[in-house]
This record gives sequence, C-alpha cells and structure tokens, in this order.
Amino acid sequence: MPTSPSEPAAGYDLAVIGAGPAGLAAAVTAADLGLRCALLDAGPRTGGQYYRHPAPALGATRPERLHHGWRRYTALAGRLAAHTLAGRVDHLAEHQVWTAERADGWLLHATVGPAAERPATVRARAVLLATGAYERQLPFPGWTLPGVVTAGGAQAMLKSGLVLPGRRIVLAGSGPLLLAGASSLVGAGAEVPVVAEAADYLGYARRPGVPAAVPGKLAEGAVHAAALLRHRVRLLRRTAVVEAHGTDRVTGVTLARLDRDWRPLPGTERRIACDALAVGHGLLPQIELATELGAETRRTPDGAFALRVDARQRTSLPGFWAAGETCGVGGADLALAEGELAAYAVAGRPPAAGLTGRRARLRAFAELMAAAHRPGPGWPGWLRPDTEVCRCEEVTAGRIGEAVDGLGAGDARTVKLLTRAGMGWCQGRMCGAAVACLSGGAAGGPDSRPLAVPVPLGQLGQLERSPRPDQPGRPDQPDQPDRPGRSARPRS
Amino acid sequence: MRRTPAALVRAQPRPAHTIEFDGRPIPALPGQSIAAALWAEGILAWRTTRVGGRPRGAFCGIGVCFDCLATVNGRPNQRTCLLPAGPGDTVTTQEGHGRADLAV
Repeated sequence: MPTSPSEPAAGYDLAVIGAGPAGLAAAVTAADLGLRCALLDAGPRTGGQYYRHPAPALGATRPERLHHGWRRYTALAGRLAAHTLAGRVDHLAEHQVWTAERADGWLLHATVGPAAERPATVRARAVLLATGAYERQLPFPGWTLPGVVTAGGAQAMLKSGLVLPGRRIVLAGSGPLLLAGASSLVGAGAEVPVVAEAADYLGYARRPGVPAAVPGKLAEGAVHAAALLRHRVRLLRRTAVVEAHGTDRVTGVTLARLDRDWRPLPGTERRIACDALAVGHGLLPQIELATELGAETRRTPDGAFALRVDARQRTSLPGFWAAGETCGVGGADLALAEGELAAYAVAGRPPAAGLTGRRARLRAFAELMAAAHRPGPGWPGWLRPDTEVCRCEEVTAGRIGEAVDGLGAGDARTVKLLTRAGMGWCQGRMCGAAVACLSGGAAGGPDSRPLAVPVPLGQLGQLERSPRPDQPGRPDQPDQPDRPGRSARPRS
Repeated sequence: MRRTPAALVRAQPRPAHTIEFDGRPIPALPGQSIAAALWAEGILAWRTTRVGGRPRGAFCGIGVCFDCLATVNGRPNQRTCLLPAGPGDTVTTQEGHGRADLAV
C-alpha cells in the first residue's frame, strides 16, 4: 500500500526519515540533484524540533522571535515547496516510521496520523536517517511531579503551542540547551530565577582553538547570554536540582553545589520557590531504526551511542545514510551541513566546496561540548531509595539497587528483566541512560528494539511478507481508505 | 504590554473553540495540541499512574515519553502533546492503563 498516490512504481530514489535541519537540507539538495525523494516525518509540519513552529491557525506573524537562524529554515521550506509542486519530493507528514526492512532497497513501515490511525509503507533505493535526538534525563527525588518537564519539552510546547508550564521556571541539568531554553522562556514572559548547570563551563577552555573556529556558535551563545543578563537570570555552575518539592505539582526545588564528580556537597543546599522546573542533560541520538538493523555505532565523549558514518555520511549498512544528531549531537548548523553532504553522496556527486571542512570544524566543537557536559559519576548521590528512576513502570532506585547488589545484575538488560525498568511505553528513552549507569556496567551496545515506536497490533497484523528480490514490484497490501471524518480505529 | 508567548510572536490566532476536560469547558486555540490547551489553563496533570496512582502530565512535549497519555473521545492512551485539540473534543483524566472496561 503506497503512502502517496505519486509514489513511483519502482519506489523512491531516496527516503529521508526526519524533516528537521538535516533531513530538510538532504531532501531539497537531493531533489536539486535530480533524485525523486520522500520526506517522512512524525510531525504535521517540517522543521523537526529545532525549527518547531506553531500551526498556521495560531497566526504567529513573527515566528522568528522563537528561533535562531529562522531565515535558513524559511529558505529550505521554500525550496521544499517548489520541489513538492514539481513532483520531485513527497512530504509525508505525520508518518512515524517504526521499522526499516531490507528488500531490494528498503521498505519503511510507518504509522500515519497523530493517533497512529493507519499504516503506510514506502519503498526506496536509499534511506537517510535524520531522526534527530531526544533529551538525556537523570532522575532525582520529585522529578515525576507535574510541572517538572524536560528543557526541550518546555521549548517545544512554547514553539508549537505558545504556552508555558508555569510562571516562575527553574532550569537545571547540563548543556547549552539550558541557556537557549532560558532565553526563550524569559522572552515569552516567564520568570527564570536560576539556571543550574551541573558541569563546569571551564571544560571549554581546555581547547580554546576549537570554539574559535566556529564563530557562529559563539555568536549564538552571546545572544542567549545577553538575554539572560537583561532579565537578571542567575547562571549557577556546578549546581544541580537535587529535589523537587510538592504533592500534586511542583512548588519549589532544592539546589545543591556539586563536587567535580557531581556529588552533592553537604551543607550547600538551598531551597527556592517555583511553579515549574525544566530539566535536561543534553541530547541522545535517536538511532533505533538503524541499530536494529545492525548498524555500527561509536561512543561520543559523553558516553552516548551515535551512528558511525564515513566522510560521505554512509553508515555500515548498504544504501543507508545518516546525518545530523544521529551521527552524534552537534546542533543545527552541523545537521544542515551533513544533510547536504549526504545528498551529494546519495546522488553520486562530489560534495559542494567547503562542506567537508565546515562539517569537520563543527564536529570538533560537538565533541568538545559532549566532553564538557558528560554526566559526572557521582550524580546517583542525589537519589533516594524511593526515587522513581523508570517513569513508565514506576521502578525505584531502591529496587534497581536490590537487583544489582542483591541479585547480581551487572547490566541494564538484566536490571530490566528483574525490575521492568525500561520496559514501558517510552522504550527506555527516559530512564535508559540512568539505568545503564546504576547497573554499574558500561553498556556493551545501544538498545536494540524491533519496533522503534509502539505500533497498534492491528497494523502489525496487516503486515505482509515483503517481496523477495526476485519478485519485482510492490506488495499489494490491504487498502484502508481514509474516509474524511472517520478514522480507522485499530483494535490495539 | 505583558510579555506572553503570543505577544512575543505577535500571534493573531483564529477564534478559540471549546474542548471538555473532565466535564469542564476549556478554551483551545486552533492549532494547539490538547496538552498545550490544558497548560494554557494551568492544568498540568491528566493521568494517574498504574501502580502508585500518582498524577502525571506532559513531560517531554515531543511524543517520546508517553507521560502525557489521556483518554480522548473515549480512546485511552492518546499522546496529548501530539494530538491537535479539535472543537468539542472530550478529554478525561486517564486512570492507570485506561482500560478499566476490560477488567484486566
């Protein structure tokens, strides 16, 4: 069942998964080079998380005020619109790809619609994974209270829904996203008394040549710093929220100073009132679709798994490229460069001048950032036995401790089997980093899960065996016409 | 002028419609997700957990964490941070897995 009436009989030349900076740049560049592309994205509009913006009905006349480099996005969106009109790119919105399958090229299986109402399959000769990242979280007492949100989540809800989680918002965790988030929140009218950064920014000073080689990054940082100064936001280094207080919603937090290893220093606790808390420890590449297929990964300096790619953005899987955060978190500029590089490679052309050097400089900066904000080994010092570590399955630090100390579990997978930590709806994305750390063993490899997102059983049941390479043509799948006003309701 | 998200981007939204949350009418701007409409009203929780019965609402805001699940128009386990709020939508606080009718 083709997703789009205009899907070519032999499938697309390139299917790009993710319409953020990397995916957008790749799709329009590939179309410029004559490739027939599908651009799949889970969201209703292009832009990904970085360029997330309100629906047209919200009538935002100055959307650029919530963005850095908004013009680059409008330029890409304009090029995409022209290619879509000319039939070179099909933008398949609200398509969440849950698995990629090898079949004389690739078959991508997706759920369609905000409630995963129906299935779709896309065939393509080459695939580019540009699925971006999600935030790394480290649990602390009270982090499951309503009003505690992720730093990226606060920004996402602001950028797309024009709403705030509260009036007085504390930001905490580690990484540059905290500064960008604080800058957006104060601009939108929130009071931000404190940004608590667990790391010591002096980490950047170890290799002064690297930031100097990417002046754009310094300029962006300066913009945020100026906004924080103007609104009297206090930036505290080597400080963490070690507890969020409240019964049914957050009413305040306790901050503590940290030692070099991120252990809270006794006697340094301070309590401040707030009605929301936005937390995050940087980003983790979202690479499940590729790791499930056996793609090679590398460890980034902050301990995260990223896809290993060559100089042309090729992964270890034939016909499977990756760009942007999936190759290691490095921000929008890097994603734009890598998306473009990948498009040239898929089209079999040499890259445009300057792209390779730009990518190298931005990658070097990304590695420096990752090292500077790597979570310190002492962070479990702020946990209590009753602190929930796995939010979905409500598994406490105490139960994980029993599995490790009492039952001899030495890795996250064994802890999962003994406690259910990481077995819930989010597939371990929220607690995975913490559980791996508490399990004592460095993970041998990234999580491998056959389904990248939960899929309604009814859709799994409809899946046909893909045709063998000696049987050309697309499998005819049972068609589910989408009648206006009536969504197919899968029995799940 | 008071600083608000809408003022920041000079929003000129289409007229609000109404959704219902636990029997209470809530305004929602066209194009807002259900979670955004609830946040705008100061509502932060619309689910209780399966084990501890604790309140939860939106956490990641991007469809990854599944904390923001609610029952929407009778269908449990809907990610409200992704689901646009449609006129007349009925949202109810989801107790546990939201399948009490199945007696499992």
